[in-house]
Amino acid sequence: MTASRERLVVIGNGMAGCRAVEDILKRDPDRYEITIFGAEPRVNYNRIMLSPVLAGEKSFDDIVINDAAWYAEHGITLHAGRAVTAINRELKVVEAEGGLSVGYDKLILATGSDPVRLPLPGADLKGVVTFRDLDDVDQMVAAADAGGAAVVIGGGLLGLEAAYGLARRGMKATVVHLMDVLMERQLDSAAGFLLTEALAERGVETVLSAQSEAILGEDGRVTGLKLQDGRILPCSILVMAVGIRPNTALAKACGLPVGRGVMVDDQMRTGDADIWAVGECAEHRGVAYGLVAPIWDMCRTLAAAITGDDAAAYEGSLLSTRLKVSGVDVFSAGAFAGGEGCEDIVFRDAGRGVYKRVVLQDGKVAGAVLFGDAADGGWYFDLMRQGADVRDIRETLIFGQAITEGLSGLDPSAAVAAMSDDQEVCGCNGVCKGQITTAITSQGLTTLDAVRGVTKASASCGSCTPLVEKLLKLTLGDDFQAQTGPAPMCKCTHHTHDLVRQAILAQELKSIPAVMQAMEWTTPEGCASCRPALNYYLVCAWPGEYQDDKQSRFINERVHANIQKDGTYSVVPRMWGGMTTPDELRAIADVADKFSIPAVKVTGGQRIDLLGVKKDDLPAVWADLNAAGMVSGHAYAKGLRTVKTCVGSDWCRFGTQDSTGLGMRLEKFMWGSWTPAKVKLGVSGCPRNCAEATCKDVGVICVDSGYEIHVAAPPACTSAGPRS
Amino acid sequence: MNALVKEPAVIWTDVGAVTDIPRRGARRVPSPRGDIAVFRTGDGQVFALMDACPHKGGPLSQGIVHGAAVTCPLHGRVIDLATGEATGVDRGTGCAPVVPLEVRDGRLFLGLVGG
Ligand SMILES: Cc1cc2nc3c(=O)[nH]c(=O)nc-3n(C[C@H](O)[C@H](O)[C@H](O)COP(=O)(O)OP(=O)(O)OC[C@H]3O[C@@H](n4cnc5c(N)ncnc54)[C@H](O)[C@@H]3O)c2cc1C
Ligand code: SF4
Ligand code: SF4
Ligand code: FES
Repeated sequence: MTASRERLVVIGNGMAGCRAVEDILKRDPDRYEITIFGAEPRVNYNRIMLSPVLAGEKSFDDIVINDAAWYAEHGITLHAGRAVTAINRELKVVEAEGGLSVGYDKLILATGSDPVRLPLPGADLKGVVTFRDLDDVDQMVAAADAGGAAVVIGGGLLGLEAAYGLARRGMKATVVHLMDVLMERQLDSAAGFLLTEALAERGVETVLSAQSEAILGEDGRVTGLKLQDGRILPCSILVMAVGIRPNTALAKACGLPVGRGVMVDDQMRTGDADIWAVGECAEHRGVAYGLVAPIWDMCRTLAAAITGDDAAAYEGSLLSTRLKVSGVDVFSAGAFAGGEGCEDIVFRDAGRGVYKRVVLQDGKVAGAVLFGDAADGGWYFDLMRQGADVRDIRETLIFGQAITEGLSGLDPSAAVAAMSDDQEVCGCNGVCKGQITTAITSQGLTTLDAVRGVTKASASCGSCTPLVEKLLKLTLGDDFQAQTGPAPMCKCTHHTHDLVRQAILAQELKSIPAVMQAMEWTTPEGCASCRPALNYYLVCAWPGEYQDDKQSRFINERVHANIQKDGTYSVVPRMWGGMTTPDELRAIADVADKFSIPAVKVTGGQRIDLLGVKKDDLPAVWADLNAAGMVSGHAYAKGLRTVKTCVGSDWCRFGTQDSTGLGMRLEKFMWGSWTPAKVKLGVSGCPRNCAEATCKDVGVICVDSGYEIHVAAPPACTSAGPRS
Repeated sequence: MNALVKEPAVIWTDVGAVTDIPRRGARRVPSPRGDIAVFRTGDGQVFALMDACPHKGGPLSQGIVHGAAVTCPLHGRVIDLATGEATGVDRGTGCAPVVPLEVRDGRLFLGLVGG
């Protein structure tokens, strides 16, 4: 070794440290005499591949990046298993374990991060590990060999890969996550839902919205995790994967500026001109990264700068994430926050379990979440980084690069024209394009229904309807008349209410995200018209089992009152069959006084309406009314509202039967039930019909010989008439 | 520039934790300038608007949140949470003013103009 060479010391034998050295060697192989310190007692390996090693899909040898021969070949001195303990900037010397000290001209800090350990009681028990290096993997593998259960705290990328690996090795693995969506920083709730299901299929259970309280142990070894709600999850190994903290101890101790990480400029230089920092330990423009892609960018810049290229500058990185769980394709990049000019394109394929969402902003890709088929992740990420204008390819963007580029310049119906005759159009009934076009021409079909009748295409789930319509248009040209079949539920789907309800039962769909995926909703989470409907259908289909979703209910149902034009509410207590008592009336009057309720009105449904109640007063108003024995009249509900009665045979000289009593019985029988729309009843004691029963959803007219029943003649068949 | 007119100072006020608002939910915060609606979307994003629909002043905090939008409970205008603008066919018919909102350590801070 020539004495004239400058001495370069690298602290950290990990992904960043070694890549930086590789990049430097590429640019100027003879410039430096290089020494690398590594706290781990081994050569440089690919840390991200520890997950497949844990899962038993790769061995350590498979993931070594640079073996001993590489260090020798480049004359690099490696001190593996020797952590640096101090940096002396005045003498330009680093001190390492075992009393070794080495002088430097240039120094690179590449010390990575430390995993965060939650300060839970029991955190120091044996069997409580983090997931960062090969030693951690060895501990987990040993635990898995003994069998039993594993708990992983943290439902981010790392935690899920740990849990999957442990499940692959035969353990019963449970992920405990603080948030209500897995990988919530990368996924939206639709993809998070699918991920939860996919992991369950692979033996990984998920406990969401769970706070860990204490780690339990026996004889110094972990035996379980106690959650704040009292649940105990037994385990023989517990992995904490709750985040990382840049390893800045050395830098701090020698007085370099440190924020979250070691602060560096655009050339990766720290506060000391001869000391550089790169990788997870560095903080650049306020960001400390936790993925490898930015590290490669940083290393390139550092190598250029440290070999004399003063123009090199690192400007920060956009990030994308891919989960490494076999068979579960997950990709995420960019942002999904809405904003001016933001637009979602959603594609779902229930059969293949695919969910794709691309967010456009001002005609550019701003973010993407892909689940089940992430092949085009890289393409979207490129478009995003380039800031490419995608308005021209918007129509096919969501189908990916191959289709988009195959069709560029063609109009959308060209995709249909380009299909071969034996390509399948309707998956449910196995109908190909050729069968449909032949039927159209040979039998002179002109409408969607006719095609449905003859070929069965689009007659089942309906998701191929747009395609069949395009075929009709293409085959008939101007003769095609778009036809309006049964209207879809809303613009988020092309399915009708009936079809969705059938599918909920037939496919045992038990949550809103499950319905949206199975029925291929075209929005990430529905709208204000389909969500309440789905919530209702699910309550009906799975009573007791389905958990009502408050956020999918109209405000009136959440507060048991009726929102008015000025944002105040009206409150209508129930009066069974229109009968009341002096006590009830007094209670109502008291409430009206106490809360300064500005208007009191008798409704058309024989009850009393308190109008202009402030939202904040609603709980107290209801408390007082409940205390007086009154319950909500559900004057806002899709459910039973009022049963209007006349006084009937109790008082009226014409009364043939007890219409009041019958009305009360009907009301007590039906109240509180949920219905697809509001329901009102009326009961009159004779055909004089003083209760106007013939214009109710169900009206009863008592006659001497029995009852006349009138059905479905409400005055306002509109969906949401608010009152009475 | 008139030296006597001071720039109104923005006062950042802690109004609660992000997780106090359910996903796809909203909360109403009274302020001297009127109620403010703070929303949290299904993806965990938070937004704040004056709690008055550009149509007829409906309380947006009481609407159903879907994506980065809320449907007004009164007549169903769909309001973009990031801009406060009415969307779809109602685009360009007015907007609910955006209120500055920051998240620090999981807490929500509203930027209220003092002065
Ligand atoms: C299981 C797992 C899976 C991952 N999967 C992905 C993925 O899919 N995609 C992705 O982009 N990223 C992934 N990551 C993150 C990625 O591995 C890191 O971003 C990357 O390794 C950081 O590189 P680094 O060189 O900064 O730190 P490291 O690779 O951690 O290297 C730092 C090295 O410095 C050593 N060191 C620390 N202090 C001292 C000292 N005082 N003296 C001597 N040596 C010291 C450490 O022992 C360590 O070997 C994953 C991480 C893990 C743990
Ligand atoms: S409907 Fe007949 S029974 Fe009832 S109040 Fe009128 S007249 Fe009397
Ligand atoms: S009829 Fe019903 S919906 Fe119409 S104004 Fe009267 S209360 Fe309102
Ligand atoms: S006030 Fe909001 S839609 Fe009318």
